[in-house]
Amino acid sequence: MKKIEAFIRHEAFEPIRAELLDKGFPSLSISEAKGSGRQKGIVERYRGSTLTVNVRPKLKLEVVVEDKDKPLVVETILKHARTGEVGDGKIFVLPVEEAIRIRTGEGGEEVLQAHSEEEVTA
Amino acid sequence: MRKKIGVAALLAVFAALLLPTVASAATLGEVASSVEAKTTELNMTWVAVAAALVFLMQAGFMFLEIGFSRQKNAGTGVAKVLVNLAICTLAWWAIGYGIAEGGGNDFFGDSGFFFHFDQVIGGEAANGETAMLMLYGLAFCAVSLAIVWGTTLERIKFGAYVVYAVVFGAVIYPLVAHAVWGGGLLGDIGGKPVMDFAGSSVVHLTGATGALAALLLLGPRKGKYDANGKPRVIPGHSMPLVGLGVIILWIGWFGFNGGSTFGTEEVLFGEVMLNTQLAAAAGVIGASIAVYLKSRTLDVGMAGNGAIAGLVGITAPSGFVEYWAAPIIGLVAGLLVVYAVLAIDKLLDDPVGALSAHGLAGIWGTLSVGIFGSARLVSEGASPGVWYSVFGDEPFSATIGQLGVQGLAVLFTFVVVFAISIATFAFIKGTIGLRVDDAEEEAGLDISSHGMYGYPEQFIPQPEYSTGLPSGLGSGAGVAAPAPAQMTATE
Repeated sequence: MKKIEAFIRHEAFEPIRAELLDKGFPSLSISEAKGSGRQKGIVERYRGSTLTVNVRPKLKLEVVVEDKDKPLVVETILKHARTGEVGDGKIFVLPVEEAIRIRTGEGGEEVLQAHSEEEVTA
Repeated sequence: MRKKIGVAALLAVFAALLLPTVASAATLGEVASSVEAKTTELNMTWVAVAAALVFLMQAGFMFLEIGFSRQKNAGTGVAKVLVNLAICTLAWWAIGYGIAEGGGNDFFGDSGFFFHFDQVIGGEAANGETAMLMLYGLAFCAVSLAIVWGTTLERIKFGAYVVYAVVFGAVIYPLVAHAVWGGGLLGDIGGKPVMDFAGSSVVHLTGATGALAALLLLGPRKGKYDANGKPRVIPGHSMPLVGLGVIILWIGWFGFNGGSTFGTEEVLFGEVMLNTQLAAAAGVIGASIAVYLKSRTLDVGMAGNGAIAGLVGITAPSGFVEYWAAPIIGLVAGLLVVYAVLAIDKLLDDPVGALSAHGLAGIWGTLSVGIFGSARLVSEGASPGVWYSVFGDEPFSATIGQLGVQGLAVLFTFVVVFAISIATFAFIKGTIGLRVDDAEEEAGLDISSHGMYGYPEQFIPQPEYSTGLPSGLGSGAGVAAPAPAQMTATE
């Protein structure tokens, strides 16, 4: 199992989410993140003085998939998150030891699968 | 006068319709005295409305200061305004009003303490009208006190409010008010009275001077100046709250200046209201231009400071100048406030710009009466402004003299208020302490002084509502649930 952790622009999230869902990967998490990289900080002006904020807001997207699905997810993120400008973000891939579904307590790669059609409509 | 006769005629007609026998017997004298009583009632009704508007300004200060504070110091601003208003009210009732308005000598009044019914104050028995004016005076005192705390945000100990509010409401503000408005020292300087219509110096400079004294003993917020002493920006957390505060203050100012006519019968009433609006508008424009020239942006907070500076500037001259002078006074105040805020920021940490918007604009407003005061409107014994010597034939000796008298009011206010305030704050610093400790300041005054956050739910996770649909629709009411919700739905 692999965890794909991507720091992306906010506007990239919705197309990535839609396409991953379409391809059968509904499970993901996002969180608001602030970070710095090659992209410079933001210069604010407040009451006539300037203020440099050295981090910028990004979204952190986390998806855990079976090893074989990793390239597909990475490709999807690259496709939608890349503008070619500095500040597009980064993707990290990490190994995952275990995955456990809380509702049932079952473990293993099958908990990463999308629900079957019958389960969804039930 | 024409209006009065009109009202008299109208009343006579009504009286004739309602009570034919009595009306025919009523003499002209009786009608006139009844008109006079009605006029007083109408005037007092306006003062009551104006007092309520001036009390509303407390909400303006509250929002302005909370908006300019960080999120961790949002709740303390609410507690501060409420407690100060409460203490100031009781101090004014018990002592302050007597010192300000209770006759007496050049320096303080000596009657009217613990204001009560039928009390003899300054040689006259108090009636309902006196009570209304006493309440109106309190509203001014409370505004002046609210100004003091603008420089002290985010680091002052709550106890300091309690002690200083008593001294301020009982002694400091009343002494200045007595000198200018209560028949004291500044009412007659070599035959000329100080003209401060609604308190550019009495209220605003007084508040700002107290603010300076507090700030000098309090010091800047942690992190305001870097190792080399260069100022750093500590942004406030809500510009919409700042804007709301400014607009509330602006509206309240119609009670502040307009109410200072103490009546509705003269044309002056309308003139003062219009002057107030013209100057506030010009203040916004002045500050916006200045800050744009300085930073190439239209700064939100500075536009607000410009409105306040314009209003403070017109407070003294609102009843003494022609319409054309009001926008000039406001514009200058608006330009002044931006350069002053930036200059003061290099040395002193004044988060809301109180020293500039209330102090310097207050001085400018007081002096501007000596520049633009119109012969048609100035007080009895006073001379018109210097403008009318330059562009008219008023003798310079008289107009410069009036400007000097206005300057004296500024000097008197500053010296008296600063001396008592610095002594009071030094006493507070030496006893209960003036400033919270470092850890409390870093955590914010909300949690460290009041035990709760200003936005209490910010760290409390909220339970989800699974379908995202209103309960009335149910889960299968034909509205398609969003895709992710569908995928996570349980069987």
